[in-house]
Amino acid sequence: MDSWRQHRSAFWAAFTAPTFWLVVFFLIPLSLLWLFSFGEKEGITGINITWTLKQYARALDPLYLGIFAKSLWMAFLTTLICLIIAFPVAIAIVFAPPKARLWLLLLIILPFWTNLLIRTYALIAVLRTRGQVNFGLEWMWEHANSFLTLVGLGSYNLLGADFEPLGMLYNNSAVLIGLVYVHLPFMVLPLYAALDRLDRSYMEASFDLGAGHIRTFRSIIIPLALPGIASGIVITFIPAMGSYLTPDLLGGTDSQMIANVIERQFKSANDWPFGAALSFILMYVTFFGLALRAVLSKREKMGGKAA
Amino acid sequence: MRKSKRGMGGLLDALSRRQFVQGAAAVGISVTAMPSFASADEEAKLNLYNWDTYIGETTLEDFKAATGIEVKMDLFADNDELFAKLRAGNPGYDIIVPSNDYVARMIAADMLEEIDHSKVPNIKNLYPRFMNPAFDPERKFSLPYMWGTIGIGYRKSKVKEVPNSWGALYDSDVYSGKIALMSECSTLLQMGMKYLGYSVNDTSDEALEAATALIIKQKPHIKSFHDDNGQDLLASGEVDVVMEWNGDIAQLMSEDDDIGYVVPKEGGLIWEDTLAIPKGAPHPENAHAFINFIHDPKVNVPLAEFIEYATPNKVAAETADEAYRTNPAIFPPEADLANAEAANYLGEEDIAKKDEACTRIFAA
Repeated sequence: MDSWRQHRSAFWAAFTAPTFWLVVFFLIPLSLLWLFSFGEKEGITGINITWTLKQYARALDPLYLGIFAKSLWMAFLTTLICLIIAFPVAIAIVFAPPKARLWLLLLIILPFWTNLLIRTYALIAVLRTRGQVNFGLEWMWEHANSFLTLVGLGSYNLLGADFEPLGMLYNNSAVLIGLVYVHLPFMVLPLYAALDRLDRSYMEASFDLGAGHIRTFRSIIIPLALPGIASGIVITFIPAMGSYLTPDLLGGTDSQMIANVIERQFKSANDWPFGAALSFILMYVTFFGLALRAVLSKREKMGGKAA
Repeated sequence: MRKSKRGMGGLLDALSRRQFVQGAAAVGISVTAMPSFASADEEAKLNLYNWDTYIGETTLEDFKAATGIEVKMDLFADNDELFAKLRAGNPGYDIIVPSNDYVARMIAADMLEEIDHSKVPNIKNLYPRFMNPAFDPERKFSLPYMWGTIGIGYRKSKVKEVPNSWGALYDSDVYSGKIALMSECSTLLQMGMKYLGYSVNDTSDEALEAATALIIKQKPHIKSFHDDNGQDLLASGEVDVVMEWNGDIAQLMSEDDDIGYVVPKEGGLIWEDTLAIPKGAPHPENAHAFINFIHDPKVNVPLAEFIEYATPNKVAAETADEAYRTNPAIFPPEADLANAEAANYLGEEDIAKKDEACTRIFAA
């Protein structure tokens, strides 16, 4: 087959459409927003690009830095919990019989086909004071109580006089539950892909050489799955950091994350320059994470060669 | 928002209602013989940008039957969304439904077309007191659609006495953990200012600081700053007292006897939604015809009874059902309204200051 170099027209035909798409729908709008971040509001709807750094200076106020820190922390916890849950799930899927594997993968992917808003409202219905979890707990409470009455301990109110429903919604834990629920597939799928490629003879060798399950997991599976772990962390952390709907709907009085503040700048506060500056800081944080990952993986490869 | 019930039930409800209207409009094409009242050089179309669940069951098809003009309705969730959509230029709407302070803001930003009162003869049906508001003197740019209050919705079986003060929500632990306030920034702060004895239109730093400190201090007792789904929180037992728009609570009261609504003694917020024509509207003649149609009492009565908000139309208000006319959540007693105030547009600087105060509140 000829190289594409000999078929320039074909190459350009294939190349133009995506480039056009990228420029018109990504680069231009983003550049505009970048310009706005160096501007000032003029009147009600005007934005004057004055190349001021005022918006960035304002974003570095401890108030906003605190919210950035909180968003980082929430995204970190989400990623960590996702990793802890997703690893055994991915291993289970890899080692499942081929037929079951398909179904298990489908179960992971299925929620993707449902709108995020619908899933979040469904979570509200389950977690709220008069929701399924509390109904279940109340049912158990009643049965435990009738059992106590049966054995003659009913009059001591061992389980409290009344059932107290758990307040599971409208706090930071609810946001965390929501974020983990939403982002779990992002972690499971790359882990599954990495583990599926894993050469099982290494594990067999490890067992043959007398290593236990834990040792094999630590010394064989984790190092070999590292690329999957890294991509899982990146594609979980980045959207979790910028999540907006989940803290908005499930959060309590102190659950705002940076995306909620940005949203208010573009809507109620009507301060696009400041919103743009906050957005770009968020983006720079993301780039920094990606760059860090690239550097680390490069170093690892070089280390591998040296060894 | 005020009319969009963002809970699951509300979502489905709104969807079906909207689809119903669209379906009905589609059927209408084949049946109606298109009598043309519309000006000859305008096509028989009208683009309405409205709140969710904020139009009568058959208003739009009736309008089509009467004038031949087909209405396409889009929905927005709050004034900010409306403003954000139009700030960069009108995407083609003929009628929008902004609230009082946003009317003033849009006038200041030169976003509204003047309304020719001679083309809206049904103005004569309105209460005179709506005809010269501070936010739009002499009603050059807007005409009233519905009005109401912000007050306290509560679950009767869970309160010892009617919580008729903002103090119950802003400055008390009686309902600790069972309180929801509105997350809408200016309203949240303004009602705090009202409780502390300031005017809702006070722009002093002193008033703002006092209200901010008050809310931060109260935070441990507050369950949620709700996104205008306060009625859902109240209905599901999540909270017992909630700051909410009257119509939302009125709708809930008609389903649940255990719910009450009160305008606090310090005064609530009076709001007014208006019908306005944005600059660049493609069908201004049809827009005038629509406003006039809405204030025909025969149209206005079923509309107002259906959406359960207070109409500014005197003839309609006096001829409506008794259940609607005497519902205290829709028409609060005049005495309760004595201290209530309407919010003005206070300038961009004030909006920015309030937003930062809210960021501080939500981060505390």
